Amino acid sequence: MARADELARFATLAVFAAGLAFPFLASGYHIYQGAQTLIYAIALLGLNLLTGFNGQISLGHGAFFAIGAYGTAVLATKAGLPYWAAIPLASVVCFVAGFLFGFPALRFGGLYLALATFALAVATPQILAFKGFEGWTGGFQGVILTKPKPPFGLPLTGDQWLYLVCFFSAALLYWAARNLAKGRVGRALVAIRDHPIAAETMGVNAALYKTSCFGVSALYAGVAGGLSAIAVGFVSPESFGLALSLSFLVGVVIGGLASLGGVIFGALFIEFVPNIADQLTMSFGESAKALPGAIYGVLLILAMAAAPTGAAGALRMISKRAAGALGFR
Amino acid sequence: MLTRRTFLQSSAAAVLATSASRACADTPGVTDAEIKIGQTMPYSGPASAYGVIGRAETAYFKMINEQGGVNGRKINLISLDDGYSPPKTVEQARRLVEQEQVAFLFNTLGTPSNAAIRPYCNDNKIPQLFVATGAAMFSDPKHFPWTMGWQPNYQTEAKIFAQHILSTKPDAKIAALYQNDAFGKDYLIGLKEGLGDHAGMIIKEATYETSEPTVDSQVVTLQASGADVFLIAATPKFAAQAIRKAFDIGWTPERYMTDVSQSIASVMKPAGPEKSKGVITAVYGKDPTDARWKNDPGYKEYAAFVAKYMSAKDLIDANVVYGFGLGATMVQVLKQCGNDLSRENVMRQAANLKDLELPMLLPGIKINTSPEDYSPIRQEALASFNGASWEQFGELYMG
Amino acid sequence: MSEFLHQLASGLALGGVYAIMALALVMIYQATQLVNFAQGEMAMFSTYFAWKLMDMGWPYWRAFFATVAVSFIGGIVIERLIVRPFANAPVLASIIVFIGLALIFNALAGWLYGYSVVSFNTPFSGRSWFGNVYMSAHESGAVLVSLAVLALVYAFFRFTSLGLAMRAAAQNPTSSRLVGIRVGWMLALGWGLAAAIGAIAGMMAAPIVYLDPNMMGGVLIYAFAGAVLGGIDNPFGAAFGGFAVGVLENLMGAYVVGSETKLSVALAIIIGVLVWRPYGLFGRRLVARV
Repeated sequence: MARADELARFATLAVFAAGLAFPFLASGYHIYQGAQTLIYAIALLGLNLLTGFNGQISLGHGAFFAIGAYGTAVLATKAGLPYWAAIPLASVVCFVAGFLFGFPALRFGGLYLALATFALAVATPQILAFKGFEGWTGGFQGVILTKPKPPFGLPLTGDQWLYLVCFFSAALLYWAARNLAKGRVGRALVAIRDHPIAAETMGVNAALYKTSCFGVSALYAGVAGGLSAIAVGFVSPESFGLALSLSFLVGVVIGGLASLGGVIFGALFIEFVPNIADQLTMSFGESAKALPGAIYGVLLILAMAAAPTGAAGALRMISKRAAGALGFR
Repeated sequence: MLTRRTFLQSSAAAVLATSASRACADTPGVTDAEIKIGQTMPYSGPASAYGVIGRAETAYFKMINEQGGVNGRKINLISLDDGYSPPKTVEQARRLVEQEQVAFLFNTLGTPSNAAIRPYCNDNKIPQLFVATGAAMFSDPKHFPWTMGWQPNYQTEAKIFAQHILSTKPDAKIAALYQNDAFGKDYLIGLKEGLGDHAGMIIKEATYETSEPTVDSQVVTLQASGADVFLIAATPKFAAQAIRKAFDIGWTPERYMTDVSQSIASVMKPAGPEKSKGVITAVYGKDPTDARWKNDPGYKEYAAFVAKYMSAKDLIDANVVYGFGLGATMVQVLKQCGNDLSRENVMRQAANLKDLELPMLLPGIKINTSPEDYSPIRQEALASFNGASWEQFGELYMG
Repeated sequence: MSEFLHQLASGLALGGVYAIMALALVMIYQATQLVNFAQGEMAMFSTYFAWKLMDMGWPYWRAFFATVAVSFIGGIVIERLIVRPFANAPVLASIIVFIGLALIFNALAGWLYGYSVVSFNTPFSGRSWFGNVYMSAHESGAVLVSLAVLALVYAFFRFTSLGLAMRAAAQNPTSSRLVGIRVGWMLALGWGLAAAIGAIAGMMAAPIVYLDPNMMGGVLIYAFAGAVLGGIDNPFGAAFGGFAVGVLENLMGAYVVGSETKLSVALAIIIGVLVWRPYGLFGRRLVARV
């Protein structure tokens, strides 16, 4: 067992080191893709806490991502706040929104929550474009943000600085989530997911834990949204449709539910696999250009068939088998 | 025998040769054999209906390449999917420019998508040519000299409608149905601007989302306002629904419809030819489903292109006609560039189109650009549907 | 008053479509505890199949019944080949599979038939019934068909032994197996029926909303709202919910919140109902005993 832990810690350090070295080895466009992957990973961390650990299925996390993004955009452009202040502030708003949404969510669980959050995802672009908010949100025109510049005259390009901001945010949030999950809170969340009645009987305040979990996961999505706003430099209602929320769910499942380490696989999947679908159609000829959606759908089904418990689950199984074969126990 | 003259001649030739290839090295995407251009299109996602534009343009350039290319160079269009999501558009645009090293971007589709990449293109001096959107914001050479539109912009078209309403029905009461995005909003803005002091003629507005099933309820609400003029700023499916529903509930206002929905096969026929009689739209291109153009040489050229390079079902698709026109415009710009395919020259030539006529543009409509005028097509005519085809009336309006 | 009646009428017409779709959703839910997110896209694909048949010259009703039959078989095939392998996987894996299915059907339809809007025939053409201005002939016909489908499904489940077997298999698979019911095939049958019902919904909707690959997206969300409102484990509650949502959506959009926030109405309905009465208007209350 100790060896497995050591292995895990070594793997984490290796990933951390690789991630840190990446922006100095890759070109501008790839660094940008790396930043996007980290942004997705942050959102997936939050969603995993909610859906993986606490069993509350959310198909609408794109909404909280949008609140974080728009919040950051509005604070940055209208209130003139620098990004490093706007993003945390916007994510606090997301926490409150998630916490409040968690209250009605207490009344219904499982599937109903999935349906309600699905409706939320569908309604989000319309809410964002609402005439009444136009003064702040810019309605359909959206809001343009200036990209962050490296501070103190550090010899970094804009892309590298952005990546590092995302990287350290992701690392910090991962560390926080890991502590949360490994400690009392994590155990309580899992208990509520698997045996809600027993947990209540044992004195766990299910309502508080569930709503707080919703809030925290919304906060994570908000941070991701804020980072995305400064990375892309533009927010508009079309950026936050149903597809975004669905891709978050896909990412969490592909990475592995209740596996925080797995979110990196999920993030890589949702960032790069749609591009692969693009490439595949290019080799199938022009009429197949209409098929990236179908290819993505097929890949989803195949991924689930190959690894229903996600990449993390598959890895765990493989490493267990390997450890058994090699004589470790 | 190596004389001084031959030595000078050959060294001059050598210098010219190296400087020519050096010039090519400075212009990304350009070699002696090909020019690489890039675009993003929504091949997946909510706007996937427009993906066929990218396919049409790819097919068009294939046709040109088989005819020898432009100035001996083949056109290599790299068309990537952005799912109509602005963050994805930014990513794909950067991939095209930084990884694929394209010369410039051509006919990228979508208002939010183009708004997202406009700062990037202008900051890096990359031509963002002939964007596929009619939003007025993209014809702004003073602030964004590297971004240019192509089709008549929506606000201009709405102003043309306003002009017509003021001259034919000065005491009209107007009801407006518009799509709840930049496209629909632009129409409303244009109509209000065109009406000027009489903007109060608009007595009721209603919006819809593209994710809604129908606009029937909105049409009922608009009828109840008592309006006698109906502006339909809707995409094909919803325009057809609006026309049909208005007729079914016995409402007979004067109907003005966006040119985006003028397809007879996709809008007028589903709505019902009898029910669509009298609808007015602004036109600048030939409708491939209009029997009027059967023997027109421009239409025949288009039909031959579709027969050879696309599939039969694409013939009636107005988006394919659109792609066909864009392809021809691009080829003209490249021809004008000659051998100087630097980004500056491409932009300069794009802003230097004079009286260009295309096979599927209505007779009399010409493309014109200048450094102060980044709206290639500004003329439109009004046309009324007579149950079988669009009948042009009046003169060409200049927007 | 006239406007109100118009809104009511068009709400009922589309509400019939929502009702049928909600019924299909509930059928699959009752059998598998899963919501089939691909139901809408499957219905759309079936409608295109019917359109193609009519394009090739088939008369309406022959194409209609052929499509229903083919969709029925298609539903069974999908259940056996694609859904069955995930029966023991986590719930979320199945949801991802459904999302994948929806994407596949949508893209396939676009590839095969293009994205242009096409008109779809209706058997109920001509003058509106009784000369009324509130509902077109097709809209009246669609409501009638919806009610007929509901009645048929009710009769099937209530009065036939096969229907009884399906209900048993959904409620208590273990006991059903002991009595000799082939639970696996009951599930497949459920999927086939749901697909067939969905096809009917699509063919009723197409003359109103017009046929294009994105036709059913908006319908699905309102069908969900209807199923939730009526009670997701009660087929007829769900159908009632479908009609109710159709009417509510129109009335709210016209009189209360304006067309700009109609989708939020669906959202509000879902959340409101779930908070007030989680099991829907007609659903059964589940009490968990400690």
